Amino acid sequence: MKPLILSHFTATSCLGRGLDATLDALRGQRGGLARCDFERAELDTWIGAVAGVDAEPIRADLADYACRNNRLAQLGLTQDGFAGHVEAAVARYGAARVGVFVGTSTSGILETEYAYQRRDAQSGALEPGFRYAQTHNPYSLAAFVRAYFGLFGPATSISSACSSGAKVFGSARRMIEAGLIDAAVVGGVDSLCLTTLYGFNSLELLSREPCRPFDVNRNGISIGEAAAFALVERAPTGPDGHDGHDALDSLDDDAILLLGVGESSDAHHMSSPHPEGLGARVAMEQALSMAGVAASEIDYINLHGTATPSNDAAESRAVGALFERTPCSSTKGATGHTLGAAGALEAVVAALTLRHRFVPAGINTTQPDPALGLDYVMESRAARVDTVLSNSFGFGGTNCSLVLARAGRVRHGHSGYSS
Amino acid sequence: MRLSAFIESVGVIGPGLTGWAHTADVLAARMPYASARTVLPPPAGLPSAERRRTGPVVRTALAVGHEAVAASGRDATTLAAVFAASGGDGQNCHAICETLAGDDRQLSPTRFHNSVHNAPAGYWSIAARARATSNVLCAHDGSFAAGLLESVCQVAVDGVPTLLIAYDTDYPEPLHAVRPIDDAFGVALVLAPQASAAALARLDVTLTDANATPLATPELEALRTNNPAARALPLLEALAARRPGRVVIDYLPETRVQIDVTMPERFGEPS
Repeated sequence: MKPLILSHFTATSCLGRGLDATLDALRGQRGGLARCDFERAELDTWIGAVAGVDAEPIRADLADYACRNNRLAQLGLTQDGFAGHVEAAVARYGAARVGVFVGTSTSGILETEYAYQRRDAQSGALEPGFRYAQTHNPYSLAAFVRAYFGLFGPATSISSACSSGAKVFGSARRMIEAGLIDAAVVGGVDSLCLTTLYGFNSLELLSREPCRPFDVNRNGISIGEAAAFALVERAPTGPDGHDGHDALDSLDDDAILLLGVGESSDAHHMSSPHPEGLGARVAMEQALSMAGVAASEIDYINLHGTATPSNDAAESRAVGALFERTPCSSTKGATGHTLGAAGALEAVVAALTLRHRFVPAGINTTQPDPALGLDYVMESRAARVDTVLSNSFGFGGTNCSLVLARAGRVRHGHSGYSS
Repeated sequence: MRLSAFIESVGVIGPGLTGWAHTADVLAARMPYASARTVLPPPAGLPSAERRRTGPVVRTALAVGHEAVAASGRDATTLAAVFAASGGDGQNCHAICETLAGDDRQLSPTRFHNSVHNAPAGYWSIAARARATSNVLCAHDGSFAAGLLESVCQVAVDGVPTLLIAYDTDYPEPLHAVRPIDDAFGVALVLAPQASAAALARLDVTLTDANATPLATPELEALRTNNPAARALPLLEALAARRPGRVVIDYLPETRVQIDVTMPERFGEPS
């Protein structure tokens, strides 16, 4: 693929609002999980809630979109000057040339859960003010982001469960390469709701303690919520119009490039992964191949790592088949599993490891499972990180892997890309 | 880059519409349209345990997916797929919201895994042993057009054939009042980068602000505007009539998708 540049990005999760809070927590090995106190969720579990979401006033002209998911989206868009960078891109390219591709699994379904608690006792009808299209429908997130910036380009929500926030990069890549758009706002937003809390509880997948990915005693997930966004654009082209490493000279060494996206399906089971991680392996192989990067050149893997016994086992087999002792960790011990936002949140985490050159510890894990055979990072540390892989897998056997790299690495060096 | 793809096959199911051959006869006015409740076949290809767990949305998607793949002669196991729908299983969503509004909020695992927007994609992957990429989109009433754009970009950029499956099914009350979809409709297209002997037409796709092409028959026009997947009907009508020309389908509020349809005898000529 032609590399895309992540010209700006931001993340808000239970670790805090924006990149500084996220970076500090990851370096300092601090997590944001707390005992579940979500309204009406009487469950013995831990959650990663974002502080102050309900207090976030939705912009007045977007009042129809008011729901927890879009409040969280707005909270995310207003961190790190992200909105200003999007507005500058709109000024550069035009509102019709900027696309929106955002991932979510449950969108604003919490609003429908509330509405069902307040149904008319006689008729069973939902209350008159209920706005299905702007809250519950999965597209409501893309519509909100599009309306927030006054965009007129192509837009869609992607809802492939827990790979959604990664697959948005694939859709943006295709549409930019096709020439329909020049830039895209991509990301993922998922917010806490009873559907996912009780849903994962029904599958007996919720841990009763802060989740411990890849630990020998891992016993389930902790659900979190997050809003993560990136502005992606074509990497600069050379004077002859061809993309190439010469043209990348105009970029700073620490500019972040998306080099590869791999996508596959398990064809195995609706709610458990292929036991050998076959689909996961194909997604990683494709991402590497598209990037023109060898497995040995990956400096860090941000694992999907949900902390269920079977997910982590399947992922470790897939990783073990391709990589030899590449440092890796799941940051879900810190953030919880943010479902449809996870792919975007972890792409931003991967970008932070590249920009600030460190590998983050997988916190809560005290004894990495020796049977999984991975080089699991137990202490956050500075490291020469030039190229990283981020994994996102989901229900229905959907897999997506991303390869991201520092522009300096692509220019100076390795792999087929620099030749 | 020209956004083009060749349609190799079609699958359709809807109210009074059973399969592409029948639907093409209705759309080309070779047969009268008789509206009747959509009849969904049992989902083929699934193990019996999985089959029992499927609702109308999965059955709709699988019915049209299987029809289109069979007609194209392509190998489903390696065919990339794009799933496009405004919503999921309405009855299942209703049951979950009712349970969560009550005192005992325990859900069944099947209800939960059927609630994800990509449930049809997951079941398709199992039924067709499809291990290639699949994407799952939602653009409310413009979901079919969003899926078509994604598919055509995949064909044009990555040079691979793609299966597009778009579907939506009805909601029970009280959700029906806020999302008044009355019956199931599904459409599937196999799209390819090169013309083959099987190709029915070439599509050239662009964005436009022109209005969507309406259908002449009032009942079919009502179907088009009632179900997001049925927004595909103007394209299907052009294919059925073997009529080259331009159709416009609904996408986003101020943006629609224009499709120039070229029949096989004109493939050699510039669009």
